[in-house]
Order: sequence, then C-alpha cells, then structure tokens
Amino acid sequence: MKPALPWWRTLRFKSALLSLLLLCLMLGVWHLATRPATAAVVTLTPEQLEYAKLMGKDPASLAGAAPAKAGFPTLTQMGSAVVHHFSAPFYDNGPNDKGLGLQLAYSLGRVGLGYLLAALVAIPLGFVIGMSPLVYRALDPFIQVLKPISPLAWMPLALYTIKDSTISGIFVIFICSVWPMLINTAFGVGAVRKEWLNVARTLEVPPLRRAFEVILPAAAPTILTGMRISMGIAWLVIVAAEMLVGGTGIGYFVWNEWNNLSLPNVILAILVIGIVGMLLDLLFAQAQKAVTYAD
Amino acid sequence: MRTDEAPKTLPASAPQGGAFGLGRPGAEHFLKVEALGKQYPGSTEPVFEGVNFQMARGEFVCIIGHSGCGKTTILNALAGLETASTGHVFMDGREVAGPGLERGVVFQGHALMPWLTVRKNIAFAVRSKWPDWTREQVQAQVEKYVALVGLSGAIDKKPSALSGGMKQRVGIARAFAIEPKMLLLDEPFGALDALTRGTIQDELLRICRATQQTVFMITHDVDEALLLADKILLMSNGPKARIAEIVVNTMPAARTRQGLHHEPQFYRLRNHLVDFLVQRAAQLSHGRADAVPLLVRPGLAGEPPTLSDEAPATVRAA
Repeated sequence: MKPALPWWRTLRFKSALLSLLLLCLMLGVWHLATRPATAAVVTLTPEQLEYAKLMGKDPASLAGAAPAKAGFPTLTQMGSAVVHHFSAPFYDNGPNDKGLGLQLAYSLGRVGLGYLLAALVAIPLGFVIGMSPLVYRALDPFIQVLKPISPLAWMPLALYTIKDSTISGIFVIFICSVWPMLINTAFGVGAVRKEWLNVARTLEVPPLRRAFEVILPAAAPTILTGMRISMGIAWLVIVAAEMLVGGTGIGYFVWNEWNNLSLPNVILAILVIGIVGMLLDLLFAQAQKAVTYAD
Repeated sequence: MRTDEAPKTLPASAPQGGAFGLGRPGAEHFLKVEALGKQYPGSTEPVFEGVNFQMARGEFVCIIGHSGCGKTTILNALAGLETASTGHVFMDGREVAGPGLERGVVFQGHALMPWLTVRKNIAFAVRSKWPDWTREQVQAQVEKYVALVGLSGAIDKKPSALSGGMKQRVGIARAFAIEPKMLLLDEPFGALDALTRGTIQDELLRICRATQQTVFMITHDVDEALLLADKILLMSNGPKARIAEIVVNTMPAARTRQGLHHEPQFYRLRNHLVDFLVQRAAQLSHGRADAVPLLVRPGLAGEPPTLSDEAPATVRAA
C-alpha cells in the first residue's frame, strides 16, 4: 500500500486551490472591468456647470458617480447588496418588497408541492407501465408527444382553466417533473432482472411484497436518477414560470429587480438560484448513493 | 404453511451400498415426469419431447447433456417457472402447476439480491415460507443454514463483498433454509474455479447426505455428476432431445472426492458418460432415443453393450 499523501499534495486540495484561484481571477476581472473610468471624466464647460447648478445637481457627483451608477455594478455595490439581503432575508414590506429568503421560500414551496404531486403520479404509474407491456404500448404515444412540450407552453392553458397564478405555477412544475420520473420508473421496473423475480416466484412472494421488497429496491437507483433529473428541470422552470405569473418567488424577484434597474440584486438572485439548485442536486445525489447497490 | 416433511437429520439411518437411495419401498415415484416436451413458437421441431423419468425421495439425480438440449427448460418446468408444451410433472402425487415453496431452486447465477446482506437475503426466503414466525425464529433459521455452508463470518456482508464461491454458497443456503421437499440446482458451480468447486461439492454432498434431500441438478461436469449423483440422466442432443439413458452410480455411497478415482467402477462409469457425450448424444438426436430410457449399470453384469466397445478407435481419437 502506498503511504498517504500529505494533505497539500492530495488531488482534493489541489483542485480546491485551483477553484479558489479561478474565483479570485474572475473577481479581479470584474473589479477591473467595472472600475470607475477616471480617465474618461468629462470636463464640463462652464455653461454646463452653470446649467447643472440651476437644475439642482451637484456637479462634482455628476462627473464622478454617473458612469458607475449606469454601468455594471462594482464589487463594492455587490457586497452591499449581499449584506443588505442577508442581514434581513425574511422581511415583508408589501407585494413588491420582500426579503430574498422569503421569495426563495415561495419558490421552494411551489417546486416542492408540484414535484411531490408529480412523484405521486409518476412513480405508481411508472410501476404499472414497467410491469405491463400492454399499458406501456398503450401509453407510449401519449408520453412521446407530451414529453417534449416546454412546460411554459402549458401556462396559458393552465391560467385559463385554473384561473389562479400560484396553482398554475405548481401545475407547470408538476407537468415538467412528471416525465423523467415516469419514464425512468417504467424503465427501472421493466429492467428488474428476471432471476430476482424468479426467486420471488419460487418463494411464492405475494404481489405487494414483491413490489416493495424486490422490484422497488431493484429499480430504486433508476427511479432516483429520474427524480434527480426532474428536480433539476423543476428548478430551471420555476424561475421562468414566476417571471410570467408574477406575485412572489425568486423568479419574480429577478424580474422585479430588473424593472427597478437594480443589477446588483439581479446578480445576487442569479447566484442564489445557482446555489440552491446545486444544493437540491446534492441532496438527490446523496439519496441516489444510499439506494445504489454494487452488483 | 409448514409441510408434513419428515425430520431432516437422520445421518445414522442413511442407507449404505451401491444403490444409495434407490429402491426404497413406496418412494419410487416421488417425482414423475411424463412425456414432457417443449416447442418454442416459430420453430419447426420441439427442443425436446417424450422426456420420461422418475425420482425417488432422497435421491440425488444429475442430468448431463450438451448445451441447447433443454436441460434448463426441464429444470424450470420442474420448478414451475416455465410451462412445457406437452406432458406433465407430478411431485408427491400432485401435478406441478407453478412455482412453489416445496421446491427450492439454486440459480445458475446465484440470483442473490445485491441490496440485501447475506442474512437478509436468506431471511427473505425464510419469511416467505413461514410468514408468521417471530423475528427470533427467522434469525435462528437463517443462522443455522448460514453456518451449514460455513459462512457465519460473512453473514452481515453484502453479496458484492463475497467471492463467487461464497455467493453460490449463500444461494445454496437460501434454497436449503426453506426446507423444500426437493432441491433444483441449475449448474450451480459452472462459473467457479476448480478448487472452489471441489470445496462446495464436498459441502453439498455432506449437507445432502445429512438431510436426505431430494436433488435434481444440471451439470456439465462428468466428475461432479459421478461424485454427487445416485443416478445420472443422459440427454441426447436437440432437436427432439430425450433422456436416452439413466446411468446408476454403482460406486459406494460413502465415496469422497479424494478417493473417487481409486474406485474400481469410476473409469467404467466415466468412460460410459464421456462416450455418450462425444458420440452417442448426437446420434440419438431427432427423437432417435427411446422414449422410455434404459436403466444401465456400466461395467457390471447385464450391462448392454456400449458404443465404446463397438467402435473404440473413433472414441479414442476424440
């Protein structure tokens, strides 16, 4: 056996160091790119100064701060936005001013509910499809047509029939999460090794016990893969759906801050969406690891 | 659920002599296979047809034949996993209509559930047989049979952590643990190396002698059949394969793997089996074998002349 490498020579440490360097590089580029353009300071003519004073503006701030205010946010502005939102993530000052944490909670609630409903439909139905070639063939054309439809295309129909934007959002999450789970469950159940089923048959295992103690654990890794894909799609779709229906949620927050021309808030929201998506994926990766078996 | 099976441990009363397990009164027709045949849809000729044989209780029977003659299909028909096109299987006076707990199966590729430990794999089978047993009763049964195959040390390991031989032992323990009336083994040692194979053969022999288990086993290994079996069914080639001959193992019942090749009968039996496989199996295909197989005792008086006596040159060449 090889002796253990010292910690600073492990791949893990080296990759972490490289990641950190890349982050610093990106932040550096950002900082340089958004530096106030001092060289380009416009020297105002006396007439212009006079005019500015007449309009009640401070000529000094006009020259210095104007380009920074209109352009891409600087790191300092980003930092103050982060501090502002993370110091009070759950405040609620009416419909158009809610804390980032609160908006996130709305989005997660919608995703959770739509996703749960999808799982409740897709996994049992996938079981039936996987076990019965007849049902598989009968439902296949429907699945093949419905699967490639962008979930947002359902939005007008959902709004018209449901007449409630929140429930429509949940419906859109449901419809986009259902397909990967359904297809993977059906595939996993259909691909359970014949010999395990034969073992159950020779032991006269009743159908319900066979479903829960043989087929479910055998198909669990495939089902979990479908659930993981579904969660990824649901999190992608919720932002777009909330931009459309408005009201609450992280997607609406992004849209609202764009209308406010507050780019630091938009960038912050984008980062938060990314991080939450990563955490959700990590959660499913852990679950997947727990049910995967080595053969 | 529990069957009215006789006690399993009676090594003291195990019958001795050349015809181990044979001819005990009232036990001749424990298993009866009548005119069994299988034709797969789309083929013009059946794989096998007119397969007839009987087994007595406590008998160990091996079936030998070339690949594709339908050995596994016959075993699956006995297990009830597959239905034959024609014919019937009767066990203990009742027709076999589907898979059941009175027949334990050891599958070719162990068929353990990889997400369960050895203990849980066997407990799964035990709970199927006795659903109202307490946890303690189930555990006691599991531990007893794991100990029987010598795997007590690995009882809480998953199958992926076991070697091929250990996995197959767990498969055997699982089949024995439900105390079936009959054990069906589908070439259980095919994938094992020679050394492991020998060890497990010894184990199987010991357990079967101790429990008086009725066993039907598929094998490709002539020596394995001679060590384990009381009778060896020789199957001709397909299509229209049949059980051409039933060879009685005339070696003493107390034979061991180490002493097997010193038995005076060993090479006579072995030559007979090999001659059948290399030459006669093919000649007897297409239903040319008798529907009622001949019972032969090679090397002993009254034996019909075998082909090796008539055409030694070709056999030696092969």
